[in-house]
Amino acid sequence: MHSFGYRANALLTFAVTALAFVCAISSFSDKFSNQNPSVEIQILNINRFKKQSHGNDEVSLTLDINADLQSLFTWNTKQVFVFVAAEYETPKNSLNQVSLWDAIIPAKEHAKFRIQVSNKYRFIDQGQNLRGKEFNLTLHWHVMPKTGKMFADKIVTSGYSLPDAYR
Amino acid sequence: MGWIGETVDSIKSIQIRQLFTQAISLGMIVTSALIIWKALMCVTGSESPVVVVLSGSMEPGFKRGDILFLHMSKDPIRAGEIVVFNVDGRDIPIVHRVIKVHERENTGDVDVLTKGDNNYGDDRLLYAEGQLWLHRHHIMGRAVGFLPYVGWVTIIMTEKPIIKYILIGALGLLVITSKD
Repeated sequence: MHSFGYRANALLTFAVTALAFVCAISSFSDKFSNQNPSVEIQILNINRFKKQSHGNDEVSLTLDINADLQSLFTWNTKQVFVFVAAEYETPKNSLNQVSLWDAIIPAKEHAKFRIQVSNKYRFIDQGQNLRGKEFNLTLHWHVMPKTGKMFADKIVTSGYSLPDAYR
Repeated sequence: MGWIGETVDSIKSIQIRQLFTQAISLGMIVTSALIIWKALMCVTGSESPVVVVLSGSMEPGFKRGDILFLHMSKDPIRAGEIVVFNVDGRDIPIVHRVIKVHERENTGDVDVLTKGDNNYGDDRLLYAEGQLWLHRHHIMGRAVGFLPYVGWVTIIMTEKPIIKYILIGALGLLVITSKD
């Protein structure tokens, strides 16, 4: 019972169990953090609004995003992935979500920001339903931990609409 | 001629009962591992409840060698979720984030576009020829949690199979030669 093999085995098993336990606890501690992020999004300009050659509507716009996500960071947070999606309804589709812009926030210092940016990904509809369309701009975030369970949530800001005619 | 006698003696001294006991305990260990794996598949509702990240397309969030825990529920697929999907004709699952969702009114069918966080463009290049969207049946699960670095064992064993054989050989030798 005292050979090197047995001792090494017992040590290794204990080390792995303790490590797994610590990972589980640190993930659990994320439940107790108080989170109150805030965001404000404005559309600065609709740059282009036309119908593509294969018949789908496309919009290009510039957004002003003012966000404070510092309260989302805990000691177990590796990064926060944040993105803004336009969400709207069309006769054929009960829900459309199109991501317009995203970013990775690696640390708490970078989590409070204000930027003006044009949409990183193309805002293309399945059809020609976008004229005069009302939509929500929702800021989603995804907290990726150093270890354990990931959390995601969002803030919906509504009341945006597209012009009635192509430009 | 003495050593032949010695070898025959040592073979006779291997008790059959002890050998069988060891074989059965080994079998029990392998079977309980299989039971745990199948139970995980049931609980998470996904065909492979744990996957290893193989590429750097989701850095810095997921690095090569991390393992992801998956869960599949009937909830609709929404933008921002990290999903694991199989492209028709390829057997390696891909772990990327959903950036566009178009859900049909009546049937609940959904068109999904994905992109790796660290990639410049979306995944249309990875999909099958002519395929523009993913559908529900392509998606194996959503990533809900992760552990860093643990997946390197699997990557090493897959990329250098000789290590796998050495490990199994060493384990086998350990079982046979251990005295209890």
